[in-house]
Amino acid sequence: MRELSYREALNEALVQAMDANPDVILIGEDIGSYGGAFGVTRGLLDRYGPMRVIDTPISEAGIAGACVGAAMSGLRPVGDMQFSDFITLGMEQVVLQGARMRTMFAGQVSVPLVMRLPGGAGTGAGAQHSGSYENWFVHVPGLKVVMPASAYDAKGLLLAAIDDDNPVIFCEHKLLYNARGHVPEDAYREPLGVTRILRKGRDLTLVATSLMVGLALEAADQLAEEGIEVEVIDPRTLRPLDDPPIIESVIRTGRLLVVHEAVETGGFGGEVVARVVASEAFDYLDAPPLRLAGKEVPVPQSEVLEAAALPQLQDIVRDARKLVRNQV
Amino acid sequence: MFMQNVSVEMQPLHLALEALGPDGLKDSLASMMLIRAFEEQVDQLYLAGRTRGTLHLSIGQEATNVGALRALKSGDRFFSHHRGHGHALAWTDSPQRVMADIMGKTGGFCDGFGGTMHMADVKSGFLGGNGIVAGSLPMSTGVGLAIRLRAEDAVCLVFFGDGAANEGAFHEALNMASLSQLPVIYVCENNSYAMSTPVNSAFNVESIASRAAAYGIPGFTIDGNDFLDVFHCVHSAVRRARNGDGPTLVEALTYRIKGHSRSDRQAYRSRDEVRRWQEPDRDPILRFASTLIHGGILDEGDIAALKATANSRVDDAVACAEAAPKPDPSRLMDHVYA
Ligand SMILES: Cc1ncc(C[n+]2csc(CCOP(=O)(O)OP(=O)(O)O)c2C)c(N)n1
Ligand SMILES: [Mg+2]
Repeated sequence: MRELSYREALNEALVQAMDANPDVILIGEDIGSYGGAFGVTRGLLDRYGPMRVIDTPISEAGIAGACVGAAMSGLRPVGDMQFSDFITLGMEQVVLQGARMRTMFAGQVSVPLVMRLPGGAGTGAGAQHSGSYENWFVHVPGLKVVMPASAYDAKGLLLAAIDDDNPVIFCEHKLLYNARGHVPEDAYREPLGVTRILRKGRDLTLVATSLMVGLALEAADQLAEEGIEVEVIDPRTLRPLDDPPIIESVIRTGRLLVVHEAVETGGFGGEVVARVVASEAFDYLDAPPLRLAGKEVPVPQSEVLEAAALPQLQDIVRDARKLVRNQV
Repeated sequence: MFMQNVSVEMQPLHLALEALGPDGLKDSLASMMLIRAFEEQVDQLYLAGRTRGTLHLSIGQEATNVGALRALKSGDRFFSHHRGHGHALAWTDSPQRVMADIMGKTGGFCDGFGGTMHMADVKSGFLGGNGIVAGSLPMSTGVGLAIRLRAEDAVCLVFFGDGAANEGAFHEALNMASLSQLPVIYVCENNSYAMSTPVNSAFNVESIASRAAAYGIPGFTIDGNDFLDVFHCVHSAVRRARNGDGPTLVEALTYRIKGHSRSDRQAYRSRDEVRRWQEPDRDPILRFASTLIHGGILDEGDIAALKATANSRVDDAVACAEAAPKPDPSRLMDHVYA
């Protein structure tokens, strides 16, 4: 089985999309000779030239807007925000223009752009380079939000996101770029809006996103040794959310824990819990659902403070035990 | 040791001498040497795995860092940016505190919450570094408004890079400051690159300073590796700002000697180009030292002594920061709300 890193998988998806369709272009800062801040676009300027790999000045509103305008005109731009945090400077073009346009104009246009957001903490980059913004976009009708946790999904979901006729926010995690996994050579698509059950278990439904998926699987291994069987679920697409697999899982397990790196208040976990509680799974709950998330603080730079601000493996194990042993 | 054919620049030297005195000039050179020694040490510490996160070093830009800040006085304010170790050292002269922040220890400015890009010493007027390119520019407008409303005898200086001049925030900030004739001095450290992007592929204008015309304010392009040129130009801009004559845009031409950050492979430039900027006719420290020797203010022995002092202060700073306690994780939530 061929293995690639998450970074290489994304690069391969871009190559396959650009080879297959001349309308696919890339726009972003330092995506040319530098290969992108995290190396995802390495080699693409040489391969496709500056008309299709557009290395821009530091102008995020300009990048976001250029993606919207190019998409309205029939191209399939893939924007690179360098760090997810910088989308805050491009918000208006993505949210008020790109996401709203199709409805405002009664379906006359579609905006098939992808905006790649390298996000997340854990690198000591400090409060302005460590954010997880996925739920800012989950709140916006007209957008789709994708968050791959493995090299396999990175490639398959990026190819599907580029095919999609809607604006797609593609949330990557900096600490996953070196994560290796099985990645087939063909240009496979992983459809958007399909939740995946990664591990079966009868005692607890554990929903995790992005970097937390790996920790959730590790926690499940540990808990299995104590006889606690955890079902691990990765929604992969946060909007639109494919919730039936989660609801069905909770009906079987009676317990729900949601883990993500973004802060709890207003986070994605609240949406998952609300959907489960408001569904037929309500009657099957043996304990109140729990959320485990980043602390309500801007991510500090130093190692000890940063670690204290982020969900850790032992936190997942602890919360899972609490839920299963009814010690909430 | 120093090159022969450097222009002695007596005229600007006399101006700076009048404003700063011989001790002020000597201190300025000492500050530039401290920045150089400090950054070289930080570079080594990172390679040895003793700091984490990223780093943007000020090596090559010492004349702009120190020259601009020496034109301010106590009570003035300034904003730094992501490449801010030099500014922090020039203003606070506290290598121990800067080092503690870089190493994520207590005893610095921000106790492990900020780090390399987010130092601040607000009481002293150092309003902070910034991780966001051009992030400080609009805020400097607000500081200017506050200074004006309270009729303070103060100015606000804001450093930013060439790359920042292509953010919308730059244009909005300069226009607003011009409309209100605010006491703000914009110091663009044009170090020839924004990460991998050379200035000539990011601008279709001759100079960044020429953009000042669009906002109806004065704009100057100066030699950012010449301490005296920087001091003189910023000093005049500060005087205009204090007199109520509004903002100025200063573009200091300089060069980033090290990679953009720690992960930069520097495929976008040649080693030769970097080497040329390290020669005695361009290196800001060698040039200023040479000027002070020719001006009869210092001799070779003084220079060697300053260098030795800089090195030993940096060694002390490292020892001190390494010995400082790590932040206590139980304080994580201490500062979220007032
Ligand atoms: C809004 C925003 N966009 C992009 C970045 C990433 N970034 C950090 S520094 C930098 C280059 C800045 O160039 P310049 O302003 O010339 O300053 P220099 O690094 O050369 O000192 C980039 C692209 C950022 N920090 N903030
Ligand atoms: Mg620059």
